[in-house]
Amino acid sequence: MTTTAPDFVMDYDDAVGRFDPALGLEVHVELNTASKMFCGCSTAFGAEPNTQVCPTCLGLPGSLPVVNAKAVESAIRIGLALNCSIARWCRFARKNYFYPDQPKNYQISQYDEPICYDGWAEVEVPDDEGVLRTFRIEIERAHMEEDTGKSLHVGGATGRIHGAEYSLLDYNRSGVPLIEIVTKPIEGAGKYAPAVARAYVAMLRDLLRGLGVSDVRMEQGSLRCDANVSLRPTPDAPLGTRTETKNVNSLRSVERAIRYEITRQAAVLSDGGRVKQETRHWQETSGTTSSGRSKEQAEEYRYFPDPDLVPVAPSVEWVEELRATLPEAPAVRLRRVSAEWGFSEAELRDVVAAGALDLVEATVSAGASPQSARKWWLGELARRANTEGVELDALAVTPAQVAELQGLVDAGTINDKLAREVLEGVLAREGSPAAVVESRGLAVVSDDGALGAAVDQAIAANPGVADKIRAGKVQAAGALIGAVMKSMGGKADAARVRELVLERLT
Amino acid sequence: MALTPNDVADLARLARIELTPDELAHLAPQLDAILEAVAKVSEVAADDIPPTSHPLPLDNVQRADVVRPSLPREAVLAGAPAAEEDRFRVPRILGEDA
Repeated sequence: MTTTAPDFVMDYDDAVGRFDPALGLEVHVELNTASKMFCGCSTAFGAEPNTQVCPTCLGLPGSLPVVNAKAVESAIRIGLALNCSIARWCRFARKNYFYPDQPKNYQISQYDEPICYDGWAEVEVPDDEGVLRTFRIEIERAHMEEDTGKSLHVGGATGRIHGAEYSLLDYNRSGVPLIEIVTKPIEGAGKYAPAVARAYVAMLRDLLRGLGVSDVRMEQGSLRCDANVSLRPTPDAPLGTRTETKNVNSLRSVERAIRYEITRQAAVLSDGGRVKQETRHWQETSGTTSSGRSKEQAEEYRYFPDPDLVPVAPSVEWVEELRATLPEAPAVRLRRVSAEWGFSEAELRDVVAAGALDLVEATVSAGASPQSARKWWLGELARRANTEGVELDALAVTPAQVAELQGLVDAGTINDKLAREVLEGVLAREGSPAAVVESRGLAVVSDDGALGAAVDQAIAANPGVADKIRAGKVQAAGALIGAVMKSMGGKADAARVRELVLERLT
Repeated sequence: MALTPNDVADLARLARIELTPDELAHLAPQLDAILEAVAKVSEVAADDIPPTSHPLPLDNVQRADVVRPSLPREAVLAGAPAAEEDRFRVPRILGEDA
């Protein structure tokens, strides 16, 4: 039954003042392998329905699954990056259930023998004073499984399963390799719990992107998060009854959904009620969760080892080979760039929050100073991206071009104002910064002949200002420099103009 | 181990098989006899013999990550009891009480 009446919720500060939240996060990652987990069908996103299916992923009689070596490799690399132990020997299991998103009536997953187990990761969250606090997240396991097909529910009011007359199934996604990463209970985060969860998912996204194992597009479902939330009166009390919130498909939603569940459960508990163990669905538009399947009866999936698949036994040599391919861990990288760039904590945090770390780093490698790289990506370019409604890395400018642009400013070829015009040309795909300077005629004029004439003209037009400077008020020169810049369309070399003005009047 | 009609009713529910009380009473002793027969294996299997999950002593049978042609869609949907909009059409998933 769907609850439509609004939930009672408690004020967030009251809720976390009276209860201690504990979280458990389950993140599903679709791997970016070319083919599926157990068959050769393509995993490409967005194909016509049921065009990427075969007897194996349709579960037709007589078909046999064979595991994708690349998917096992990615699973191990993810586990290593999360400081997990890697199983020497593990099996796949059948998770049996009746639901048409899996045509076999079971999903191939792993049960009590996950390929990766006992890991940890660290995330940093700013506290109320803006000081970064480190939280350690224990990883219970990361295991391999296959994704399900996509359902389209017909006849219901909102395309939801409730009230639908029938459903339509597209099995293109069925069998796409998934890694499920499960945390141990995250305790002790108190009021920062929602922010810690968000930071964890963001960290995972960056880590997985760095590993190159997934597209990690939350909006396309290649990274999905289920959030378990429970409350207890004090941190030393046993864990309370939890709810599992699904359909949380953006970083912002992770934080909002958990925050909402905390306020909802706090209201239930403080009213003397008990939290029902159930699946809830995050509703992005209303910013609330709604009751879904009740889990009062533990689900009976009747797991057993899949007899169609043989065990996976990664050799120590292979695991060590893969360990050697790991990129720098996000936390280690942050510490390194923080030291190299000399950014303040707030500056670095802003770069990370804007998703500009890769871009700034690439710009610095291309020769720009860290501060100028930061200034471009978080200033003018962030504004552009915001206006166009795209991510920073989707802008039509490369880190190398930004470094080149800053190089032109540093060399005095252009000033800051002209640089913005040059950037506009680059974004309009007119060519490299140097080419745009050339084609648009944007280089500053530092030629004394042209500048001298403009300076003389400005002095003649502003006799009062000129008198002040002659009387020793050098700071009044700014007005004349402004006049020269105006007459030269912003292309005058301001420093040289200043020298020329003072030469003439002092 | 005495499998009761209630146990069989639970299993039937999980397997989506509808059984009458008469059928449950009839099947419970039969299934119990089968389980007892199979349980004899554990009497001879010592602790150092792991349960067999696969008859072949193999591991790490893997395929390279290479895309192979899928089935033509007409062939895929030809086996479906009902299809609509190039998808498999299935009956309502959740009952009234869901």
